[in-house]
Amino acid sequence: MTTSNSPRPGTQAAKISVQAVTKTFSLGRQTFTALDQVSLDIADNEFVTVVGPSGCGKSTLLNILAGLEEPTEGQAIVDGTPVSGPGPERGVIFQQYALFPWLTVRKNVEFGLKTARVPKAERRERADYFIRMVGLEDFADALPKMLSGGMRQRCAIARAYAVNPSILLMDEPFGALDALTRVKLQEQLLDTWSKEQRTVMFITHDVDEAVFLANRVVVMAARPGRIYDVIDVDLPYPRSEEFRLSPEFAALRNRVWHSVYHQDGTTPSSPPALTTA
Amino acid sequence: MAVITEPAAKTGRDNRLASSQTRRGRPRGLPLALNAVSIALGIGVWWALAALGVKVPQPIEVVSRARDLLADGTLENDILVSLGRVLAGFVLGTAVAIPVGFLMGWYGVVRGLVEPWIQFFRTIPPLAIIPLAIVLMGIDEAPKIFVIFLAAFLACVISTFQGVVSVDRTLINAARVLGTRDAGIFARVVVPASTPFILVGMRVGLGSAWATLVAAELIAAQQGLGYRMQNAQLYYDLPTIFVGLISIGILGLLMDRVLLVAERRLTGWQERR
Repeated sequence: MTTSNSPRPGTQAAKISVQAVTKTFSLGRQTFTALDQVSLDIADNEFVTVVGPSGCGKSTLLNILAGLEEPTEGQAIVDGTPVSGPGPERGVIFQQYALFPWLTVRKNVEFGLKTARVPKAERRERADYFIRMVGLEDFADALPKMLSGGMRQRCAIARAYAVNPSILLMDEPFGALDALTRVKLQEQLLDTWSKEQRTVMFITHDVDEAVFLANRVVVMAARPGRIYDVIDVDLPYPRSEEFRLSPEFAALRNRVWHSVYHQDGTTPSSPPALTTA
Repeated sequence: MAVITEPAAKTGRDNRLASSQTRRGRPRGLPLALNAVSIALGIGVWWALAALGVKVPQPIEVVSRARDLLADGTLENDILVSLGRVLAGFVLGTAVAIPVGFLMGWYGVVRGLVEPWIQFFRTIPPLAIIPLAIVLMGIDEAPKIFVIFLAAFLACVISTFQGVVSVDRTLINAARVLGTRDAGIFARVVVPASTPFILVGMRVGLGSAWATLVAAELIAAQQGLGYRMQNAQLYYDLPTIFVGLISIGILGLLMDRVLLVAERRLTGWQERR
């Protein structure tokens, strides 16, 4: 199925525009279509979550936008320019945190600033600002091995913010965390996002998370990876616990849930019957 | 001296903060005491064997021989000569191995060109090169240092290469998306990430350099610990052979300790299991 989505009414040219992107991998003699003619527009400062079953190509889509993978066909356009390789204007947050284990929290956050040759004093000041923003000021000189999973991911978020990207690409950032930490980090992320507005594409396999965070939820389907449904979440920020327990939230969650788990033709058939002698 | 490398600390997955703030590791006294007891027992067994008439010198004979050899300066000179050779070969070997290992790991072309030779020379014990080295380089220091160089180089190059190819892809991607280019990724990600591998390679390299040195001196030398033992063999001088053996063991152990301390300092960021 090919679905094209224009940005929400009232917004101008899209910040991110994915245009008929197809990505195929060859596995031995077989070809596997990770993304099939995917088109998606994301407006400036929009928070879009992408949810779908594993193998639906959501991470591939993110990697193409990050410039870490190239599409087989079609193109990804950011700020009117086709993506050709990674760049500091597109921050990426990985599920596995990807902190440099030999650097302290502060040095990790300063990493991109050092690349950009920001003078030392300014580097430190900026790093400290974002370390405070994610609440890690007491651990600025700690090594990643001393941090819990949630703290590591907060450090990674500070590191991504420090180079001042206009887009944040988040690849299941809270996927490896326990449910309580995840809820806390979702709220902190929205809090951060409301202070420092960015265009966010957030990948998750958690329906609640997708609805709680987003302006718009993109549901993908697998084999081949494609956009299956797009659901607007027209509910105001700031969102808190109250929102999470509201009937509007529940209704939207049900919609997204059905869209993810009851996709036409993807319901698992029963396994071949065992013949017993 | 704790001879066995014990894991630095048992950090629990879920309780990292707490465990890193409390005292790290187990009490140090116990393994040290066990080591001391073990050494004392070993000397005791040796002494008992000698007393029972097995053809080994008494520990006391060995100690007095060591004193004699120290008094006339022979032992110090032999140690200095042997250490000089091993350090020259080892430093040269690792100094060449580290850049070559990096190049092999980073550039497929270099790897394709160099790897068959390394695999080939790896199957030849460095000692088997000695006859050739003596013919080509004379009986000077050169052939000995060369075989030690070869031993250290082969051990270190393989692990440096392994270190570079096993750098976590995600870390490289993390650096790339922060705008870092190839040279920066190499210096700021690949080099630190492969340091643990390099240090392990250096330790293995030092071990094989030391082993090769002694054997090289047994075959062709006019001084050094290996030569001293070879010479003592001709005169059936068992205490001197023992002095040589024990000196070699202690020196090897000390050098390994030095590298171990360096390893702990440089790679303390690792999460150990």
